[in-house]
Amino acid sequence: MANLKNITKKTKAQAMGMHTEILTGRTQQKFFNPDEAENFYYFGTYDVDFNKRTDLDVKDMTAAEANKEIDNLMSQGFGTIVIKNPQGKHSLGVGILNKLNLIFEGSLGYFGIGSCDGPIVRINGRVGWSCAENLMAGKVVIEKNAGSCFGAAIRGGDLICKGSVGARTGIDMKGGTIIIGGDAGAFTGFMMQRGRIIILGDVGINLGDSMYDGTIFVGGEIGSYGSDAVDADLTKSDQDWLKRKLKVAEIGEKFDVSKMKKIVAGKKLWNYDNLEPTEKKGAI
Amino acid sequence: MCGIAGLIHRGKSSNVGHELQGMLQALKHRGEDSTGYALYGDTDGKNFIMRFKVGENVGEGSSSVSEDVSVYDERKKIVDSYLSEMGAKIVKEERILPYSLRYEIQYDKKDLLEFSQKIESIPGVEILSMGKSLEVIKDLGNAKMVCDRYNLDKLVGTHAIGHARMATESGVDIKSAHPFWGYPFSDVSVVHNGQLTNYWNNRRALENKGMRFMSECDSELIAVYLAEKMRDGASLEEGMKESLAGLDGVFTYFVATKDSLGMAKDTMAAKPLVLYESDDLVAMGSEEIAIRSILPQEIDTYDPFDGEVKVWQI
Repeated sequence: MANLKNITKKTKAQAMGMHTEILTGRTQQKFFNPDEAENFYYFGTYDVDFNKRTDLDVKDMTAAEANKEIDNLMSQGFGTIVIKNPQGKHSLGVGILNKLNLIFEGSLGYFGIGSCDGPIVRINGRVGWSCAENLMAGKVVIEKNAGSCFGAAIRGGDLICKGSVGARTGIDMKGGTIIIGGDAGAFTGFMMQRGRIIILGDVGINLGDSMYDGTIFVGGEIGSYGSDAVDADLTKSDQDWLKRKLKVAEIGEKFDVSKMKKIVAGKKLWNYDNLEPTEKKGAI
Repeated sequence: MCGIAGLIHRGKSSNVGHELQGMLQALKHRGEDSTGYALYGDTDGKNFIMRFKVGENVGEGSSSVSEDVSVYDERKKIVDSYLSEMGAKIVKEERILPYSLRYEIQYDKKDLLEFSQKIESIPGVEILSMGKSLEVIKDLGNAKMVCDRYNLDKLVGTHAIGHARMATESGVDIKSAHPFWGYPFSDVSVVHNGQLTNYWNNRRALENKGMRFMSECDSELIAVYLAEKMRDGASLEEGMKESLAGLDGVFTYFVATKDSLGMAKDTMAAKPLVLYESDDLVAMGSEEIAIRSILPQEIDTYDPFDGEVKVWQI
């Protein structure tokens, strides 16, 4: 069982609104211990060469067939795969646990890029609901708009939408960064637990409703604040981080981050660090 | 779950029957208990088109009670006699299925309330739609099955809305299927995806004002709610905006009139909608694949935001 300890010394990350606890025990730290690497096999991963590139036309494939073929191509060492004619199909590009350059020439439907850990994905179209749900690591860039529940429950990685997104962006997110170039809908950051959301445009009602922790940065107007979402001071560290992140995200490089609003959890509704039993935290 | 789809051509007509069939068939995984079409066809606008049923589809999966087919004929005879009594002349008559009929009627009065009440006073008879352009066709099965059964594939018109239904809180029958006619308004139809939680409160209030409900499907409330607003003088768009506060629950709905198509999304944006808009075509559906069935090329689409209402004219 994970052993969670509160620490009193504030780190730079914590000063920016991140969580105030450290994780020890039987958690990812042990799981990814390099000393035990040879005993560790990550199912579904392959050695791929980014310079080995191929196209895959999925026009006449089901999502299952397309995903299986992507897996097959990775097993052959292809490190760059270009998907042609996705045509709004659901559940494409899911469960990829590899480093991989995956490019979609078109739009995805629901649940695209779900449960991935590591790939760099570029989608030259839009995505439907629940894109990149449960993303663990990697980078996903969407050139156009995205539907609701964008980045639901992500644990890590960078999720970038250059257009606008629907409601409940970053719902239940537990880490990582979501960056929106346009506007975002209602309940953005609903029940988020960690991680950061950046919205360059306007955001709808109930921003950060019932958020446990984490940070939301907004460049435009806010429809309304949700329960327990409160303003915080935008520090120099925040601004430096925002500039760096927006540059990496290929959007808003010239955006005046000094005027952004910073929203964090007031922790009046629910104090994630102090009130929750240790056993439950370990399970998260 | 249910899926909805709609499209409107601006400045031209198209084969909307075929197009909507493709859109709804792409959404069949969202429910195929029943499928319904509200098609706005090209007509000369002189006569009313009345789509009505004199019984239910009692085929496989239906929750309706089987009846002797002879009662359909008896009901039809009474409908014909009532029409004659009210001065309505049947110009063209089609019996599509034993229980489903289409009449073209010459009828000069504008108020359809009295007309509709009279016809629907016959037990087992329901007017599915009444209008000079609108035709509501709904039946059990997926979009292709209903399209084939009613020969909708070649219908030409300007706009259309439709619904693929997964029955959750009322029966698998035609009376609970969408679209719902905006009784008693000519050419008004509604489809809905979601769940309304103040259905009974609203229904009781509206029934006290003389509005009629034919099913126990919560979605019917939207059609009746909007009809009542328009009866009180509100425009379609005004009525739709009021519905955001008046209707409680989660919903995305479409409403169509003779020359317009509108959408509304609840304030929590809990139900999906993807929208494509260009100068000559607006197409929308619960999922992008519905739009892709008529526009396979790469297009720009977006999700309308919470509490958004939009109306387009032909």
